Amino acid sequence: MANTPLPVEHARPPFWRDERVLAVIAQIIFLIVVIVTAVYLFNNAREGLAQAGLTPGYDFLRLRAGFDIGDSIISYTSDDTYGRAFLVGIVNTVRVAIIGIILATILGTIMGILRLSPNLLLRGIATVYVETIRNTPLLVQLFFWYTAVMLKFPRVRQAIALPGPTYLSNRGLAIPWIEPLDGFRIWFGFFIAAFVIAYIVYRVQWTREDRTGQTSYPLTSALIAWIIVVIAGWFFAPGQPFTITRPELAGLNFEGGTVLAPEFAALLIGLVVYTGAFIAEIVRAGIQAVDKGQREAATALGLSTVQSLRFIILPQAMRIIIPPMTSQYLNLTKNSSLAFFIGFPDLFAVSTTIQNQTGKALEVISIVMACYLTTSLLTSLFMNWYNQKVRLVER
Amino acid sequence: MNRRLLLLVTLLAALALVLAACGGGGEEGSAPTETAAETGGAAETAAPTPVPEQKEEAQQQTGQSLLETVKARGKLICGVNQALPGFGYLDQSGNFAGFDVDFCKAVAAAIFDDPNAVEYRPLTAQERFTALQTGEVDVLFRNTTWTLGRDTSVGLDFGVVTFYDGQGIMVRKADNITSMEDLNGAAICVQTGTTTELNLADQMRARGLDYEPVVFEDADSTFNAYEEGRCDAVTTDKSGLVSRRTVLQNPDDHVILDVTLSKEPLGPAVLQGDPIWHDVVMWVVFATIQGEEFGITSQNIDDFMNSEDPNIRRFLGLEGDLGTSLGLTNDFAYRVVKHVGNYGEIYDRNLGPDTPFNLPRGLNDLWTNGGLLYSPPFR
Ligand SMILES: N[C@@H](CCC(=O)N[C@@H](CS)C(=O)NCC(=O)O)C(=O)O
Repeated sequence: MANTPLPVEHARPPFWRDERVLAVIAQIIFLIVVIVTAVYLFNNAREGLAQAGLTPGYDFLRLRAGFDIGDSIISYTSDDTYGRAFLVGIVNTVRVAIIGIILATILGTIMGILRLSPNLLLRGIATVYVETIRNTPLLVQLFFWYTAVMLKFPRVRQAIALPGPTYLSNRGLAIPWIEPLDGFRIWFGFFIAAFVIAYIVYRVQWTREDRTGQTSYPLTSALIAWIIVVIAGWFFAPGQPFTITRPELAGLNFEGGTVLAPEFAALLIGLVVYTGAFIAEIVRAGIQAVDKGQREAATALGLSTVQSLRFIILPQAMRIIIPPMTSQYLNLTKNSSLAFFIGFPDLFAVSTTIQNQTGKALEVISIVMACYLTTSLLTSLFMNWYNQKVRLVER
Repeated sequence: MNRRLLLLVTLLAALALVLAACGGGGEEGSAPTETAAETGGAAETAAPTPVPEQKEEAQQQTGQSLLETVKARGKLICGVNQALPGFGYLDQSGNFAGFDVDFCKAVAAAIFDDPNAVEYRPLTAQERFTALQTGEVDVLFRNTTWTLGRDTSVGLDFGVVTFYDGQGIMVRKADNITSMEDLNGAAICVQTGTTTELNLADQMRARGLDYEPVVFEDADSTFNAYEEGRCDAVTTDKSGLVSRRTVLQNPDDHVILDVTLSKEPLGPAVLQGDPIWHDVVMWVVFATIQGEEFGITSQNIDDFMNSEDPNIRRFLGLEGDLGTSLGLTNDFAYRVVKHVGNYGEIYDRNLGPDTPFNLPRGLNDLWTNGGLLYSPPFR
């Protein structure tokens, strides 16, 4: 008799009162509203253009760009197309974003840990860092790094000579660099393969160590494997793969080697320092969220502070840290568009130039939006995958 | 579920936007662009030239010319420079002043009989066309070069030149640079969104010279980086160089090379497709030029009011209906010269011998003095 079911629980409510159906309907309506708004806005813009006698279209991407770009790691001249110019911008944005994310994570993690340090001085430094950086606008900081730091280095003629030879001036850091020769492509294939092989060797040795309990030097083996493959590549390549050129002051500028431009450096430092402060807070919060008992237990087991951080606290804090970290990575990527104001040719800077020279505002903005959207989605996907992975590792 | 759907919606919206725009281009764009790509030279898109019907249609859609909007608003919104002493800048008392700014005043004087009925919008090189396209400003008096591409693909209308200029290049005296060839391997500061950056690329390419462009968004950053030694040279319109040199720390340490990289006819720009408004802007500029040719200045203009010369009488609106046919009052030229002065007065006030710039008139003299200034007849 206790099992007599209440009829209410079984009878489905009419669909207009079914929460699940309602939710779907609400979403469909929302979707329609969004699409209608987008179409409306688009047509509005299009009509505006038509009034000025302009027709939207993406054909301009195939035309000659006609302007030069200072800092690019892919080849580009003014004879290339607008499409190629976009690509240069995208590559530059991705370059800053990837390096920036890595460095900001390192800086932020260190600062986050220091925020909780028992050492008063270290804690003070970390606190001052976080508070000043988080509470001033990024644009101001970028201007600071560029005009008050980078541009204040000595002029080229008085460049500071460092070993290498490298030279530091307000035109950037001139360093020796490789110059590809005939055999470069083949050798580079080996170079990449070396990493894969080294990784495999590492896994194999590590598994053996895990199984047998005997130390089998996974890291050293991997390194040796890597070196062997790279050297093998040198022999397989038809001719020498590259030479190294050194920077030398010739005429107005350094020749040879390569230059890390001050605009890039200022942007990178600015973004890393800024984002690092937010990451520090996330890391601090993550660590603090780990149960106090865990730390006490680790200490009771005789683990040192570093050991308990490394093996006990951080792995657990990760779970809490990763989701907010993702949004910091996205922020860094999007904030890199401020490059425009300090002369670094990122996607946004290049696109404004293109927009201005072609007058294709709508098209250019749509491309820029699509690019940032794609990078953001990819970052999110990657971080979600990583989050999942970290979670599985939890026992 | 919720999150995913939201994502989908965003993606779809973006896709819709992109696709719709693609579709629009496919219809007409392809043929003319191909020719442009073949000839290789033109950097700008060869958009189909708008046929006159299109213009009229556009006007009928909006119903009225910008002139009516401006009149109803009671003031002119003028896009100007704020970083170019002599042309468009903020003076000590915080008011906009300069050669270009005076032409804004001239237009306001013609419409409202009040040279101060102007609201100024400072714009960087890169912002200016969008501001015009979106209707944020009525007219652009901002050292803007008239080019075919801007006249067509960017969707502007030019038609009269207020300042004949050419692109120059400024270097430090101490560097002993005298020709373009000396600039091989140099770092050159330049501002984005200008004809300047395109001309520089063309010139260096034509001469087979290598250089590192350092591109900034506004004039202050560009010239600051140059002054700090980030660049060996800085390039823009010669007028711009002369103007900006006066605000460098030691103007005498810098020289403007004796080379001209391009033709830079600077003039007002309005949005394409509004012939009435375009005419107003053009003829106000012509009024200043014609005024100088007649020898009429803001000082002596009232003496001309009893002139017997029919040409002068028509110009001042004492006869005929030239002004009203423009949509203005018959005495619009009188208002312009009375309130702002003729071309020579505007020039001398801002750029003449009594200013730090002391720019010779050169090409910007009347045709009767060997210059290029030539107003079509007021009849
Ligand atoms: N006449 C050229 C260049 C005009 C131009 O924008 N010049 C710069 C360099 S002097 C300028 O006025 N910049 C001021 C600013 O953007 O604040 C053009 O129309 O593209």
